[in-house]
Amino acid sequence: MSSTLPAPASAASPSFKAAKTFSPAVRRPIEPVGRYFLAHALRASRGHSWSEYEKIEAEKNVKTVDTSVDEDDFDEEQSEELLKHDPRDWKSADLYAVLGLTKYRWRATPEQITKAHRKQVLKHHPDKKGEAGGLDQDGFFKIIQKAYETMLDPTKRQQFDSVDFNADVEVPPAKSTYDFFEAWGPAFEAEGRFSKKQPVPALGDMTATKPEVDAFYAFWYNFDSWRSFEFLDEDVPDDTANRDHKRYIERKNKAARQKKKNEDNKRLAELVKRALSEDPRIKLFKQQEKDEKARKKWEREAGARQAAEEAKLKQEAEEKAKAEAELNAKASKENSKKAKEAAKNAKKKNKRSIRASVKDVDYFGEAAQADAITADVDILIETFDDLQLGDVAAKVGGVTDVAAVKTAFSDAAKEQVAAGKVSASSLKYFV
Amino acid sequence: MSSVIGIAFGNTTSSIAVATPDGKVDVIANPDGDRAIPSALSYVGDDEYHGAQAVAQLVRNPKNTVINFRDFIGKSFQDIDLSKSQASAVPVDVNGKISYKLNPADKEISLSVDEIVKRHLVQIKEAAVDYTGTKVESVVITVPTNFTEVQKEELVKIAAEAGLNVIQLINEPTAALLAHLSAADRLLEDKIFVVADFGGIRSDAAVIAVRGGIFTVLASQHDFNLGGDSLDDALAEFFSKEFEKKFSANPRNSARSLAKLKAACIITKKTLSNVQTSTISIDSLADGFDFHSTINRLRFELVGRAVFTKMAEFVESTVKKAGLENLDIDEVLLVGGTSHIPKVSANMEAIFPETTVISKSVDPNELACRGAALQASMVSSFEKEEISESLQPVVVNTLHLAKPIGIKGASGEFISVLSQETAYPIKKSVIIESSAEDALVEIYEGERHVKETVVEAEKYSDDEEDDYSDEEPEVVKSVEYKPAELLAELVLPQVGAGSKVEVILSIDRENKLKITARSGAVVVSGTV
Repeated sequence: MSSTLPAPASAASPSFKAAKTFSPAVRRPIEPVGRYFLAHALRASRGHSWSEYEKIEAEKNVKTVDTSVDEDDFDEEQSEELLKHDPRDWKSADLYAVLGLTKYRWRATPEQITKAHRKQVLKHHPDKKGEAGGLDQDGFFKIIQKAYETMLDPTKRQQFDSVDFNADVEVPPAKSTYDFFEAWGPAFEAEGRFSKKQPVPALGDMTATKPEVDAFYAFWYNFDSWRSFEFLDEDVPDDTANRDHKRYIERKNKAARQKKKNEDNKRLAELVKRALSEDPRIKLFKQQEKDEKARKKWEREAGARQAAEEAKLKQEAEEKAKAEAELNAKASKENSKKAKEAAKNAKKKNKRSIRASVKDVDYFGEAAQADAITADVDILIETFDDLQLGDVAAKVGGVTDVAAVKTAFSDAAKEQVAAGKVSASSLKYFV
Repeated sequence: MSSVIGIAFGNTTSSIAVATPDGKVDVIANPDGDRAIPSALSYVGDDEYHGAQAVAQLVRNPKNTVINFRDFIGKSFQDIDLSKSQASAVPVDVNGKISYKLNPADKEISLSVDEIVKRHLVQIKEAAVDYTGTKVESVVITVPTNFTEVQKEELVKIAAEAGLNVIQLINEPTAALLAHLSAADRLLEDKIFVVADFGGIRSDAAVIAVRGGIFTVLASQHDFNLGGDSLDDALAEFFSKEFEKKFSANPRNSARSLAKLKAACIITKKTLSNVQTSTISIDSLADGFDFHSTINRLRFELVGRAVFTKMAEFVESTVKKAGLENLDIDEVLLVGGTSHIPKVSANMEAIFPETTVISKSVDPNELACRGAALQASMVSSFEKEEISESLQPVVVNTLHLAKPIGIKGASGEFISVLSQETAYPIKKSVIIESSAEDALVEIYEGERHVKETVVEAEKYSDDEEDDYSDEEPEVVKSVEYKPAELLAELVLPQVGAGSKVEVILSIDRENKLKITARSGAVVVSGTV
């Protein structure tokens, strides 16, 4: 800035003097675009002042720097064996170990690979090793270069990852006891690296829902793998002299690749099958399903059960009623027997009292006719039914009035004759 | 993985852009290869044509071709101007709603404007999906500043039906300015812009103050009868006359001839933006006569002079509406397809003083969608609630300084720190050298003055000097600010001559101006 500040008029001491506030402001809408607006919106909505906001932003920046510092860690020592590995046979070396990336393996990002490579080169460059052990010390360096080349090319890296058996996670043998999720989670994660479809669903834990578990196994049953086995190919001789031999090797490689691929597919299928059979969630779901089924059945049969109960109750009631009826019948039978006997006795008694009544009134004063009267009374008694017997007995029994007894007998005789039960001729006295 | 795109939805053309992870913005071409995709739909038989293919149908199948429908969104039939739809399907009134009755394949179909917009957006979305190879779900769409809340709501609803989640609607001029300033990373320069958007059938202009990266629209204006279409009509009229003279046949009598002529004129107009001379040739324009002619740029500028003059007047009136003079404008940004024409920017240069920069990007038509894509990439990481919270009036309506605040320099000049129309809360610092042992910081409010400098006509030593003697001396006007009202005084003792003094001005929400001056260990601060 070209302008400069003026000098104060009088001797200076630090001072501040407020004169006047600035002109009243205008309220206008601002356009809600751009990152400065977003910053403004954040400040406004959270009520931050400028200095607070700057502090927060500064803190944010510090944090990001911090996390990026201790992110990578490639300080791994290679084993003696690996350091002595024959560079001509570099393909059989563990290339991730060569770069010090065994912690990351297929998860390593290109940036990490580049960084790790730089670190290893600094450590193993022949210029540094030369004095320690002569000229033959660049073997491991060659492997490092090969490893870096392989890792940087996505195709080659896939080929190596396909045969990087060190990255596989073994699952415990079938019959042993172990925690399913601890053992199978990493195993599936490792297998998932070959998936063409990413991301691969995670195994999850006991709390997973049935659709989640089903989706997980469906994914693994339809697993689409990019795993290929070119890396294990036998080197094809590049001399042009023997074309037939070259073709033979190529054919052999192709067949071997296919075979390995098939084997791998089979292995994976078996692995998934085993996991499915051992998954405690599947068992749980089956049990739940069974319980549910049983419950449903119980519910579904509720109607039938109720009907059966009702039928049973009805039957019981019927049986009870029947027993009661039988009991009643028996009782009534006994009663009727008694009544019959009583009736019989009463009949006998009535007959006796009727017979006696004529005698009591001295045969109506006509002793001569006694036999005829007795015979007639006997005929009448024989022809009386129970009712008449009772009736007549009541009329004549114990009655001393001769006329009344006579009329009672005469009426009864007339009745019997009228009913046709006794022929008039058979009666001798009561006509 | 899904992308967030920006759509500039215009009456004439629409554009799509997507921000790439490295901060660049790609404008997406549709399957036809057009980056400015004509907003047109045409129906032939059971087929739907979109974009340039639909525009091509305007000649043979105008009754089943729909154009210029953007401004109809959310309006009722009584409120619309039908004059722009005369060469295409004409909207009809269906229960107060605007609809198109189309008749492809011998059966009449009725499509509401909403349906048309939805189909257009679906096509746009498909183009974006094809280009990015990812799902496209969220968008930022630009709208003119005069779009009402009802229209905005309607557009959001239609976009949702088309499977696009609108995260934000932003104003066209602001979007264009955002793209223009972000590209050169000039967001923090305090300037006043005029964004002039000359489209196909309408023109919009807005005066926007940029202060500390925050945009404030001071005024905006719209002209619904000014645009590239008017130029096409003027050119068509010119060629019609020429044709009539040559063949004594009138191409204006038949709608089809007129459509053919118009289509050819559009191409000629576009060609003339790039080269000096262009040809026009139409087979069987009218009465079986073929037409072939050439036109140069100068002739075209004469033919369209009325339109060009109107455009310049339109921009000037917008500046007046904002209560400013042309002198106050730091930069004019030309947007819209019609801004391709060199005469438009030449006119702007003529009406604005030399200090005003006339900016025209390589493709002015793409600016708005670029801005939308930039905004989309910025807000896509936010939650929906956060965005809507940010758009609350409490946040958006902010206090703006009425007058600039600055420091009085040693020679009495005004050093502006916070310009007028600065939205606050704000904090800004400047570093000034001290001229003496002790430093005095006087904070003033500035007052605007127009300074007139007379530039003497250059003296010519040769004989032709006399020819120029009558000419008046040229007066150059410029705006400058003078310190008017003293707000505060700060004294910093013994800072030493030539040392740097940092002055920090900050205004908080409560209208408090805090001033801090610092040089080395000497710090003085106070609040007004």
